[in-house]
Amino acid sequence: MSILDDGVVAIAEAVRTGTVRASDIVDDTLERIDAGDADLHCFLTVMADHARERAAEIDAAVQAGVDPGPLAGVPVALKDNLCTKGTLTTCSSKILGNWVPPYDATVVERLRAAGAIVVGKTNLDEFAMGSSTENSAFGPTRNPWDTSRVPGGSSGGSAAAVAAGFVPLALGSDTGGSIRQPASLCGVVGVKPTYGLVSRYGLIAFASSLDQIGTFASTVEDAALGLEAIAGHDPLDSTSFDRAAPSLVESLFEGVAGMRVGVIDEFAAEVSPSCAAATFAAAEALSAAGAKVERVSVPEVLHGLAAYYVIAPAEASSNLARYDGVRYGLRVDAPDVATMNALTRGAGFGLEVRRRIMIGTYALSAGYYDEYYGQAQRVRTLVARAFERAYRDFDVLLAPMTPSVAFAFGEKTKNPLDMYVSDVCAVPSNLAGHPAVSVPFALGEADMPVGVQVLAPALGEAVMLRTAMALETAAPRNARAPIVGRDPRPRPLATEGAIDA
Amino acid sequence: MPEGFETVIGLEVHCELSTATKLFCSCANAFGDEPNSNVCPVCLGLPGSLPVLNRRAVEFAIRIGQALGGDIRPSIFHRKNYFYPDMPKDYQISQYDQPISSGGRLALPDGSVVGIVRAHMEEDTGKSTHIGESGRIHGASHSLVDYNRAGVPLVEIVSEPDIRSAEQARLYVSELRAVLVATGASDGRMEEGSLRVDANVSIRPTGTTDLGTRCEVKNLNSLRSLVRAISYEAERQSALIAGGGTVSQQTRHWDEGGGVTQLLRSKEEAYDYRYFPEPDLVPLVPDDSLLSAAAAGVGKMPSERRQSLAELLGVPGEALAAGPVADQAQTVIELDLDGLVIGAVACGADAHLALARAANEGASKAEGARRLDAGTFAGLIKLESGGILSATQSKAVLSVLIDEGGEPAEIARRLGFEAMGQSDLDELVDSVIAANPDEWRRYQEGDDKISGFLLGLVMRQSSGKANGKLVKDTFDLRRHAGTASQG
Repeated sequence: MSILDDGVVAIAEAVRTGTVRASDIVDDTLERIDAGDADLHCFLTVMADHARERAAEIDAAVQAGVDPGPLAGVPVALKDNLCTKGTLTTCSSKILGNWVPPYDATVVERLRAAGAIVVGKTNLDEFAMGSSTENSAFGPTRNPWDTSRVPGGSSGGSAAAVAAGFVPLALGSDTGGSIRQPASLCGVVGVKPTYGLVSRYGLIAFASSLDQIGTFASTVEDAALGLEAIAGHDPLDSTSFDRAAPSLVESLFEGVAGMRVGVIDEFAAEVSPSCAAATFAAAEALSAAGAKVERVSVPEVLHGLAAYYVIAPAEASSNLARYDGVRYGLRVDAPDVATMNALTRGAGFGLEVRRRIMIGTYALSAGYYDEYYGQAQRVRTLVARAFERAYRDFDVLLAPMTPSVAFAFGEKTKNPLDMYVSDVCAVPSNLAGHPAVSVPFALGEADMPVGVQVLAPALGEAVMLRTAMALETAAPRNARAPIVGRDPRPRPLATEGAIDA
Repeated sequence: MPEGFETVIGLEVHCELSTATKLFCSCANAFGDEPNSNVCPVCLGLPGSLPVLNRRAVEFAIRIGQALGGDIRPSIFHRKNYFYPDMPKDYQISQYDQPISSGGRLALPDGSVVGIVRAHMEEDTGKSTHIGESGRIHGASHSLVDYNRAGVPLVEIVSEPDIRSAEQARLYVSELRAVLVATGASDGRMEEGSLRVDANVSIRPTGTTDLGTRCEVKNLNSLRSLVRAISYEAERQSALIAGGGTVSQQTRHWDEGGGVTQLLRSKEEAYDYRYFPEPDLVPLVPDDSLLSAAAAGVGKMPSERRQSLAELLGVPGEALAAGPVADQAQTVIELDLDGLVIGAVACGADAHLALARAANEGASKAEGARRLDAGTFAGLIKLESGGILSATQSKAVLSVLIDEGGEPAEIARRLGFEAMGQSDLDELVDSVIAANPDEWRRYQEGDDKISGFLLGLVMRQSSGKANGKLVKDTFDLRRHAGTASQG
């Protein structure tokens, strides 16, 4: 047992008061990673030296009577699409396999300012495109609950690192469910904030109008504290809200009495019985806690997936153009520039990334733009309006998070559409720019964790997390990670047929 | 141009804005620095970096739009996608169908008016240097890229196809340049690439209204190349048509050395830029504070300044379209010396003489001339027009005045420019008449062409101290006297 298992709030409190040294916490974290990550492969880079130096700084500060901040001594893992000055940042892609950023992402600076300690960079689907981490060029991450299953994705490494108890807090990015879906599959809390609440500066773009950085933790409170630290206006991101970070933790425990909760009808038919059942159970739990719970139909949400899979690839096709071998990253030499560009990109990008670049390029092409990109944007507007309509009657909405529990390696890699459907419940929030959180609520098939999703209107994080807190209180303790001390049930890993073959 | 055809030209002028920093980051916007010294994650397009719009650049763009009579509207940025090594992100952030300024017009000194389609903002690319014999990418052994220019703010001004000759195109660019400089938004230095022009050229039977198939000509780096390239391209197209062929839509490269345009891309090879709204930027809505900030600091437009000079000189505005006075007027406006001329005239100086001195002697030391006090300058002009100083003396005094300051009369004394007394002048004139009897006879018989010769002799022998006008008067007195005595 380590204080690591007590979570973010407890660690920060212990370090700030000098009860526990940050250096000891970092040692615990590094020890656990050392012992367990060879099997799970959550991390692409472990920043042991950096973490120890930072811990020593924090311990020195505490000794000197200086408060290191609200996340004092908290070990944090970063998805490897967040830029870290002087440390490899690869996006799990061969094309950035050697890239060391000369600058820190804004969230990295904010974590540091809050006293947190970055301990490593976590695995993801290449350029955050995928729902299982099977698209990582450096091999998949395994689900700590059952290593024959995927952790979800694309932020699978971050979700699994928290689920395995390696770190109490991790950052991911969510473009179409990439925080919430792996959170659900790994039994941890995953928050996707309102678009614009957290600066994207230093987040390597997948789809700029949808990408948003958020937190993973074992508890809602820990995830909220982490989000408070990284949120708030950043002059370097024109799309960030011009307002201070919201206070999220202070209202967490106020309960849901009188809150109006709408349970979205449309998703029930899209998900497995255990996932649907978890959602209904969650609705009952909120009702029992005093919320006014009703069903609500928001039919537009089902069109979200199709719109998402046009808009996201379209933006990606442009965002990923810069990986051309000219300035940084991989270069495959050739006699002329165009051939060098083509060979570099062919060799550097995996199959799924190339597929999405092709789809996106096509969707933006002259003569097809209106039919695809234009149409998808109109659908996006309709989804946002549908939510607005629903929020006239409800404070928050409740929905399943994923169509199923964590699936086996190779199960959805044969047909990309099977994988895409994993995002059906997640993408509407990204399209609308609204916040959403996945909270572990039950155990489903094969005793794997099932998350339930709480959605809220723009900047509705406080009420959303308060609802999530109520769910966490009602949920069985064995439905959530960390699973330290439990039998991890190791099974053979089947990677056959992974997408990037 | 064969009989019965006319050239139709539309110009796209790219103007670099004189901001301190780049369009989307805080790197210096400077020409001529060490390659790749003014770069950062944003203008290098490093993964994870994001653009933040430069407010000053927006103010400048608004100024340009307003100076051209455009409609300043809420606008957005798009991404223009294409692969090119000197473009760090492999897309250019540019305005597309919602530019900051729509419409407008530019009145040229010759009285013609060219419509403006729009003025939009965009970022510049880096600069490639191709190492190899051709100096172009084809046949280069390798290329070097300098990203100092990447992200420098540009405003692209797109004209209607209202221009009908290479000369009018030259006039348009020259006038536009003066407008851009007057707004303070640009230094207008074509030789440094601050102003770059692409010309869309087509030809059509005179009197028809449909546009012919156009070719876009790139790489026009001076007014001279502009005129030559348009003339060449119009001739090339008309030769094609005269030979029974047709013009096909192309992008062509002006080869300055060879004096020809060369095929760069055919219509079939044209890029599909896949424009879509830039998700990293928010819509640009010019509010009152932005508009008033833009309006502050805008100078008078060249057309107004020409009008002021025309009134001063007592000539119609069109007189300033061509001819020596027009050139002088253009020069003082470009060098920002028209204020000096106007000030001097207000102090009683002769307008034509003040203009001539400012446009010639003043222009060679423009920076110093701009610091001259108008009253002092007027004093000098009055000394010259009053015959106290000769033209040569006046120019010499002006030079000292600009370099050292002081009072014109005092400087003239210091330089020994005593006006030649009438008795000395009479003596000199008589000696010249005596030494050149044949020329004097021809002058007396009414051959005015010979007067310059006689006048010149006197001027030379007086070492420039004689006042030309008084010399002429003295000769005329002698001629009348001679005529009277003979009659």
